[in-house]
Amino acid sequence: MPKDPSIKKVLLIGSGPIIIGQAAEFDYAGAQACRSLREEGIEVVLINSNPATIMTDVEMADRVYIEPLSVEFVERIVAKERPDGIVATLGGQTGLNLATQVAEAGILERYNTRLLGTPLRAIRQAEDREEFRTLMREIGEPVPESWIITDESQLGDAIASGIWPLIVRPAYTLGGTGGGIARNVDELLTITRSGLALSMRHQVMVERYLSGWKEVEYEVMRDANDTAITVCNMENFDPMGVHTGDSIVIAPSQTLSDKEYQMLRTASLKIIRSLGIEGGCNVQLSLDPHSFAYYVIEVNPRVSRSSALASKATGYPIARVSAKIAIGLHLDEIENAVTRKTLACFEPALDYCVLKIPRWPFDKFVGADRRITTQMKATGEVMAIDRAFEPALMKAIRSLEVGIYGLANKTGHTLSDMELEEAIRVPHDERLWSITEGFRRGMMVEEINALSNVDPWFLRKLEGLVNLETRLKVNAPAFKQMSKALESEEEEAQEPLEERFGSAVRLLREAKRMGFADRTVSEFAGMSEGKLRKLRKHLGIVPVYKMVDTCAAEFEALTPYYYSCYDTEDE
Amino acid sequence: MSDKGKVIVIGSGPIRIGQGIEFDYSCVHCVWTLRELGYEAIIINNNPETVSTDFDTSDRLFFEPLTVEDVMNIIDREEPEGVIVQFGGQTAINLAKPLHEAGVRIFGSSYDSIDLAEDRDRFDNVLRALNVAKPQGRAVTNEKDALIVAEEISYPVLVRPSYVLGGRAMELVYSRADLERYMTYVVDVSPKAPILIDKYIIGKEVEVDVISDGVDCLLPGIMEHIERAGVHSGDSMAVYPPQTLSQDVIDQIVRVATSLALRLEVRGLMNIQFVVDHETNTAMVLEVNPRASRTVPYLSKVTGIPMVKVATRAMMGVSLKEQGYTSGLHPNQGSIAVKAPVFSFLKLTQVDIGLGPEMKSTGEIMGVDTKYPLALYKAMLASGIDVPTGGNLIATIADPDKAEAVPIIRGFQEMGFHIYATAGTASYLTQRGIPVTTVHKLHEANENITSLIRSGKISLLINTLSTDKRIEREAIQIRRASVEAGVPCLTSLDTAKALLLSLATRKKGANFALATIDEYMEGRVMA
Amino acid sequence: MKAILALEDGTLFEGQSLGATGRTNGEVVFNTGMTGYQEILTDPSYAGQIVTLTYPLIGNYGINPDDFESRRVQVEGFVVREAAEIASNWRSKQTLDSFLKERGIIGIQGIDTRALTRALRVRGVMMGAISTEDTPESLLEHIRNAPGYGSKDLARQVTAEQSYRWRVGDTKPVSAGSVSEVKPRYHIALLDFGVKYNILRSLANLGCETTVYPCTVTAEEVLRANPDGIFLSPGPGDPEQYGYMVDTVRQLVGKKPIMGVCMGNQILGYAFGSKTFKLKFGHRGSNHPVKDLNTGRVYITSQNHGYAVDPDRLKDGMEVAHINLNDGTVEGLRHKELPIFSIQYHPEASPGPSDSAYFFHQYINMLDRHYGRS
Repeated sequence: MPKDPSIKKVLLIGSGPIIIGQAAEFDYAGAQACRSLREEGIEVVLINSNPATIMTDVEMADRVYIEPLSVEFVERIVAKERPDGIVATLGGQTGLNLATQVAEAGILERYNTRLLGTPLRAIRQAEDREEFRTLMREIGEPVPESWIITDESQLGDAIASGIWPLIVRPAYTLGGTGGGIARNVDELLTITRSGLALSMRHQVMVERYLSGWKEVEYEVMRDANDTAITVCNMENFDPMGVHTGDSIVIAPSQTLSDKEYQMLRTASLKIIRSLGIEGGCNVQLSLDPHSFAYYVIEVNPRVSRSSALASKATGYPIARVSAKIAIGLHLDEIENAVTRKTLACFEPALDYCVLKIPRWPFDKFVGADRRITTQMKATGEVMAIDRAFEPALMKAIRSLEVGIYGLANKTGHTLSDMELEEAIRVPHDERLWSITEGFRRGMMVEEINALSNVDPWFLRKLEGLVNLETRLKVNAPAFKQMSKALESEEEEAQEPLEERFGSAVRLLREAKRMGFADRTVSEFAGMSEGKLRKLRKHLGIVPVYKMVDTCAAEFEALTPYYYSCYDTEDE
Repeated sequence: MSDKGKVIVIGSGPIRIGQGIEFDYSCVHCVWTLRELGYEAIIINNNPETVSTDFDTSDRLFFEPLTVEDVMNIIDREEPEGVIVQFGGQTAINLAKPLHEAGVRIFGSSYDSIDLAEDRDRFDNVLRALNVAKPQGRAVTNEKDALIVAEEISYPVLVRPSYVLGGRAMELVYSRADLERYMTYVVDVSPKAPILIDKYIIGKEVEVDVISDGVDCLLPGIMEHIERAGVHSGDSMAVYPPQTLSQDVIDQIVRVATSLALRLEVRGLMNIQFVVDHETNTAMVLEVNPRASRTVPYLSKVTGIPMVKVATRAMMGVSLKEQGYTSGLHPNQGSIAVKAPVFSFLKLTQVDIGLGPEMKSTGEIMGVDTKYPLALYKAMLASGIDVPTGGNLIATIADPDKAEAVPIIRGFQEMGFHIYATAGTASYLTQRGIPVTTVHKLHEANENITSLIRSGKISLLINTLSTDKRIEREAIQIRRASVEAGVPCLTSLDTAKALLLSLATRKKGANFALATIDEYMEGRVMA
Repeated sequence: MKAILALEDGTLFEGQSLGATGRTNGEVVFNTGMTGYQEILTDPSYAGQIVTLTYPLIGNYGINPDDFESRRVQVEGFVVREAAEIASNWRSKQTLDSFLKERGIIGIQGIDTRALTRALRVRGVMMGAISTEDTPESLLEHIRNAPGYGSKDLARQVTAEQSYRWRVGDTKPVSAGSVSEVKPRYHIALLDFGVKYNILRSLANLGCETTVYPCTVTAEEVLRANPDGIFLSPGPGDPEQYGYMVDTVRQLVGKKPIMGVCMGNQILGYAFGSKTFKLKFGHRGSNHPVKDLNTGRVYITSQNHGYAVDPDRLKDGMEVAHINLNDGTVEGLRHKELPIFSIQYHPEASPGPSDSAYFFHQYINMLDRHYGRS
């Protein structure tokens, strides 16, 4: 079906200020949506209280309101502008909550307008814990068993279930104070008692604790014709227990077999269909690393931080397409803006590895609790792309601007072995470097896996990097010799460096291919970064640039979106 | 392919405290302007959340780290005409030196201009030569000198490492003991890492951005901070146009800004922060940033001057005159805009929410209206300080602030708030005729100030910061309790005063305007 | 050990050996699926081909005993950018490299597979060879002397040697003499041009017992067994080579309900007057959008084919039912009156999305209607 002709004017709700959990991604989403809607001839009215956004530029929307994101002001704008519909799924949780309040206040009926895209019922079903669980049970998708407890005498069912360990979370307290993991009845009673005392409403939730399970996300899209696709899946480096926003994330998943990948994909599509979402949606799942068992953890019935990441990771513009779906277009009527030859109705194929690392504010808040848990603490994130995991990781590390450019942080080597084990076991902002320090001290993949539950595939990659780092430390002085030889070469013609320093040249090439920064390598070699760079260029060890094209080179793409790698062909 | 060649714009990397979305906004506008001018605009950035890394923002997007190596690799491949470092915050400006040394052309202010503004000694010389006032102070490289300098200029002093963004490790120091603690535990001082020690001037902070083409200097607008100096500019509320500055002070600001921009040979944008000494009415220069600042998008939107566009054009050789602008302060526009910070303390356990010279906010919003109190109310509301015009208020005021707090608390009380206070504050207020219920301190009883905060009956907490570390330890817990109970907590009397003004207006049944940003800008909104 | 990959146009890639050593040749094709290498390696439709995967990190989850799609590795050669050193998955029994060595499959890793893919996209698929023992010149010479992909009867190479049965509940093939323990809902006769196990599993899961016949079987022999339905399987090669299969299928048309998949779709195309043409670089991957012309709905499909049916030559009541959204080529046929339909892609998935599994239900429904059951 082409776009709904009754929609001529749309109110788009923005996400307001940048807070932890809601950063620039919603400006990206909103700006894309504005363009996407105006392309279709729709007049766009926008409200956002945050003027430091592209979406609030007068060029982006027809009518820009920089007013507080409150029901009162939205109602006044609706009364004044009389939009045919409201798009609320691109303004983060703020936008979604506001739209729900606006709908509940009867404003939609009063001014004869409606929510576009995902219906309010779907939003409620996805957001309300009980409604969501009921729906999942109806469609046969597993959710972790849980019980609401207001008195310790109610623990009978939980104990009888035989599920261990259980996690106890006090309701309505923030930061998870008073909760804990119970591995037996005694622990369960103790933790529940203290949790009940700390909860403002004297309530705790007891839930199956998916300790060590993999956390996987799917970004899915659906249109009004019930065509549904997945844009991307992503696997968390950190197993369950760490907020996705605080987790190192890899796209696409690396350790899932096709059967597992498809099983979770099918579940995600079933969920988006059962909710009746029209637009983008994020499904978080947890997968047992030792069986096909999985649980549905959460659904975000809107464009999210993960969608921004998925969009950049794949080249697929989720917000742009979501906006078009909201006004009635079907996926097969929307152009793939990257290839401009194919349509938005396909699933991107990646031919590279994408890595995201969160950026935490602990450089500012020195005294803050640096453990990362289920409450997000990162203010932002960096992403890196390469043809392999290792260089993507190394690029992401040096993008963070936290004074770390490689595999060692400032404090890792100062820890005792016991402290280090603890730092590997308990997630915190620098756990990555605790793990590399572990390998540096000769720990095995199995040991670190047992402590951290991080998948052995990732750990093996880190171990390989540490081994290469060791070889570099030993052999890097040869780079300095090469550099000196290069400087004197102008005077006396000698045989090429490749011949004289064959193994050193190969090592340098390998180091660059694996993503080691010139800064790190030159430090090991005891030379300046500039000289190393000159040497590298002389040896022809320079990166090539490849295109992110949504289709793994299957089709010609026009969009000039590049990443570097030390492969052979430059595009 | 463009006939004018390629220009690379360096992005701002991940969102962090002190370097937020504002810089992405600026980078995107820079790219758009370059494209309009006929250049092939290339962006390098690594933040997946942003518009700058949208694949159709630039002519070419490189998703890469922002280190010298990665940027130089792209420069080697693309062979651009030059690079723009002014819009990507400190991330980009930090690349100016290595890129300059590698022989890369920097569009806009040269590396030398940047260094002149950032190198404390060189900058002090410039100020002296131009006869521009600044708070007394010096850079020191060891603890001994620090103590000498502090005695010389007298406490309180503002201390911070040089070359920092967002005021990291910046503190207000009130005593010798405090300074010793700071030098020992907070910073590593060395000849390579000097510490700046400045006299803390009590007064208004004012911020201004200048666009220069080397001949003319345009000041789109002045923003006046609502909180007095001492609170980081990123954590202060601020209003455009200034509400309390005299014409004389405004003239000083324009004069100083213009002469500095010309002396530093700024091409493009520069941001200057002033403090107006309340005794002498002198605008003193606190800090100069030779790049686009956090306030650029706000001022662009309320003044109607597309600052990044104008600056980019100026950098690329289109003079301000050619663009239709003249030197000096752009006339005030029809409406009032208040910018307010937003914090994410809820998510950051164990972080003290008290405001000081170190930046803590993660984002900002803006309230616009035809009158100051109305804009103020909108800003309060939008930043999450959604306080009713009556209810219960807790006040715990540090001794030096008590006198100043009286009229403010009285104002809240008269508006219909019931006042709770801890013993000291309570007796001070009672003596001055304000009815107060005393609440127990933390250690005094089980039913105490934090349990009251958690009870859900409290609408507002006003808690000014004490210099007494013992009192502060308890105050930190009280403030955390307010965060976790969702009770707005103000630590500056200036903010409290502003809130009072805005609530009073609300209570009177104010007519808030509702208008699009261009209607406000063009003064088409009736009061 | 070093290995080289040469394309018939002279393009060379240097990398390291993966799997067995030696020399192999075949048509070089790429698949864009990001998972499913084990299924791809064992899919008989890749016979005669050297397969490169566009996803650069392959082998991460190892090789397990359950995900085989046929008895053996079918590809002629395997090309990846990076083969995982360790296999990390609970079902994995060995690494990709050791598996390929064990099965004698020659591969190459460490090459710029994106460059290879771009070459194939621009210049079309072509013959190529991998070797650990040749010089570039001798390898190119070898390619020149090797028979072209289109000239081989690859189906005969991969088809069942003799007929066998796949009973309800089976997950692996059993010998022809076994007796079913469960009374099947339907007996299906499957013509094996290069069947994947998951087709047989899918039918078995819906209560069908399938007899798998070699591709050389005659129509009489099939009809003598009086199956309830005919299933035409996928398979490798140029359908132009398979006149004998087309003849067999022509004789089955109208006798029994027929479902065809992939090669089955193409053979049906020939049986109804059409021909096929070779696609420049084929459709191989797990992300191809296909539109059902009847409902307008689009499905993400698993594909592996190098030829497409010419829609303009179809006659005798056969019509196009599905098209590929990317290039508009035929992805499915349906007969206007007879109980016959076919699709060019893979409802059995494995690898790839199972969104099209409903075709198996549709087949059962068709049989139900035909036999008056509900």
